[in-house]
Amino acid sequence: MTGDLPRPNLPPLSLHVPEPKFRPGDAADFSDIVVPPAGEARRPDTAAAADSFHDLAYTLVRVLDDDNQAVGPWNPRLNPDQLRRMLRMMALTRAFDERMFRAQRQGKTSFYMKCTGEEAVSVAAAMALARDDMCFPSYRQQGILITRDWSMTEMMNQIYSNKGDRLQGKQLPIMYSVKDHGFFSISGNLATQYPQAVGWAMASAAKGDTRIAATWCGEGSTAEGDFHSACTFASVYRAPVIFNVVNNQWAISSFSGFAGAEATTFAARAVGYGIAGLRIDGNDALAVYAATSWAAERARTNQGPTLIEHFTYRAEGHSTSDDPSQYRSADEASEWPLGDPIARLKAHLIAIGEWDDARHAAQDVELAEMVRAAQKEAEKNGILGHGLHQPLDTLFDGVFEEMPWHLREQQAQMLAEETASGRPWDRK
Amino acid sequence: MNMIQAINSAMEVMMERDPDVIVMGEDVGYFGGVFRATAGLQAKFGKQRVFDTPITECGIIGVAVGMGAYGLRPVPEIQFADYIYPALDQLVSEAARLRYRSGGEFTSPITVRSPFGGGIFGGQTHSQSPEGIFTHVSGLKTVIPSTPYDAKGLLIAAIEDNDPTIFFEPKRIYNGPFDGHWDRPSQNWSKHPAGEVPTGYYKIELGKAAIARPGNDLTILAYGTMVHVCQAVVADAGIDAEIVDLRTLLPLDIDTIEASVKKTGRCLIVHEATRTAGFGAELSALVQERCFYHLEAPIERVTGFDTPYPHSLEWAYFPGPVRIGQALKKIMKD
Repeated sequence: MTGDLPRPNLPPLSLHVPEPKFRPGDAADFSDIVVPPAGEARRPDTAAAADSFHDLAYTLVRVLDDDNQAVGPWNPRLNPDQLRRMLRMMALTRAFDERMFRAQRQGKTSFYMKCTGEEAVSVAAAMALARDDMCFPSYRQQGILITRDWSMTEMMNQIYSNKGDRLQGKQLPIMYSVKDHGFFSISGNLATQYPQAVGWAMASAAKGDTRIAATWCGEGSTAEGDFHSACTFASVYRAPVIFNVVNNQWAISSFSGFAGAEATTFAARAVGYGIAGLRIDGNDALAVYAATSWAAERARTNQGPTLIEHFTYRAEGHSTSDDPSQYRSADEASEWPLGDPIARLKAHLIAIGEWDDARHAAQDVELAEMVRAAQKEAEKNGILGHGLHQPLDTLFDGVFEEMPWHLREQQAQMLAEETASGRPWDRK
Repeated sequence: MNMIQAINSAMEVMMERDPDVIVMGEDVGYFGGVFRATAGLQAKFGKQRVFDTPITECGIIGVAVGMGAYGLRPVPEIQFADYIYPALDQLVSEAARLRYRSGGEFTSPITVRSPFGGGIFGGQTHSQSPEGIFTHVSGLKTVIPSTPYDAKGLLIAAIEDNDPTIFFEPKRIYNGPFDGHWDRPSQNWSKHPAGEVPTGYYKIELGKAAIARPGNDLTILAYGTMVHVCQAVVADAGIDAEIVDLRTLLPLDIDTIEASVKKTGRCLIVHEATRTAGFGAELSALVQERCFYHLEAPIERVTGFDTPYPHSLEWAYFPGPVRIGQALKKIMKD
């Protein structure tokens, strides 16, 4: 070796590969997570410059305190009816998840994804947005559709890919698309919805509309290039968009450290782009509501985008194809220091004398029955695997607005094959 | 008009007709584009409709998809087709499939303009022909004009079309057609019949090929710059070849191709893109499937080589008159 510089007498370099704190068999201990008191974080004016509240990207905005009271400047001061509706939608989302998870285990569909522990992230946000604001969700925000009163039977039709499925069985279960409820078609490719939400928001601004866009991704997906392209665009054009990063700690089996969580917070991503950043307690429905309303007001008054990190915990597996017991400690969910969003909101309503355990139990029974009835209705349209639900020729619909010759030829070939095979053409 | 002016005119006409048409891309606003294709548009239509973007192709296309979902008709520019790869996921997984995956609820009527092809000493990063990647994707249309007249009419049709379209502009003939000899100056479009371009609205239906030169001895399938190289070679060689200018690769005008090959009995396919698994392979297979009993000689392909695009040796890489002439002789011998 004949370099110009003398070789210093240093130890060899080593590569840092992040490792989560607990693996299966370990006792989970989250005492190192700093949970600031509820009500402590300041609430800037929505017209304040983004660089005047960088501290909010490094703390946790919290409203519900240890005595189940709503405190501090972020308290959205919802009335009891609004609080009860919020609780009901979160509980309904959980009941829906439980039923559909079971349906997958019973072989009625191929796949399902629960949002257990994260219900506040979508339900409270949906309540804080206007009904015609456009949501560009990821795959764990079913709570938006439920809160916007979209039919659960329709959701199940999609999950079952049955003959009632408005997407004609062309999408993976749970990849809903409901345009007139402001719910953009879900993609399985991660974070692609981020620049799309910015584009929608920019279009709304360019046309002098009043509607804004909101989008969601997991903390793992913030590593995608699309996330950073979206932040750049949103910052440059001050797009009226809300970026939600759902930090549920796990991207399938990769903990948040693989997306950079050891170095900084996800809300701090906003700092480098000069956009507003908030880090909030994602299991505190009132904090989610307050942060979303605040960000929506910024967007609607041309103050530009806001990035909200929802600090939460994925209490269940990534999907029905995942087994979290293989890679993480079994007690993580129960040890999670920010509790369960439904239990916390319920405790708050009880603490202010607007709810009780008996009513809650009765509501759970009622909601389970509602979900069961919706499922019964959906199953009249069939379940996945029980024959063909869509006419075979629909396979070629919608590739283009009008079918070109090569697709017409392939369609005719497929239909001829079906006829020649002697398979029951009418098994739909 | 030259091709750049024709493309500019197409965007101007469409922006006048439809307030939802917007133009975006790196340097397209105040400056009017590095090739001047968007010159004057921002001054005329304002910054809300014509604006510069950050250098993130994935962002440009992703944002355009979102704008399309809102109801606009974005015409994003990717400055060179070589830079389209960072946007591939948004084009392939998002724009191309949005209609299909959403049961028709959401569409993405975007027209992605991008200069492509070599012959200007652009090196590896300013010369490639990636059209084959997009024709392989279900849900995208791919259009490549070869004359100013076609460029305007096809671009207007693409902007009006409700499906996502990749519109590749052969930059070697932006200013004038050329015959493929690097030591001969380009002809000027003003002396070329295809340089006659009306200033107003007209369109050329997507999916329809043109007969660039009628003939009886042989069919040449080509598009973009190669149409002009082939025309020069055929004129020099004295072969009565029919040159089919495909204009749209997807959807492809199979009827015109089939009729021509059945008439001539011979087929040469010419493109600049690399050979293996290029669009010529698809053309060759289609001609073989549909015209086999009419063929009097094997189908030949003249293409770019399977190497990265070279800088100093590009005129050896590029299908030129010598390589095309040899292929013509070979086919005619059989």
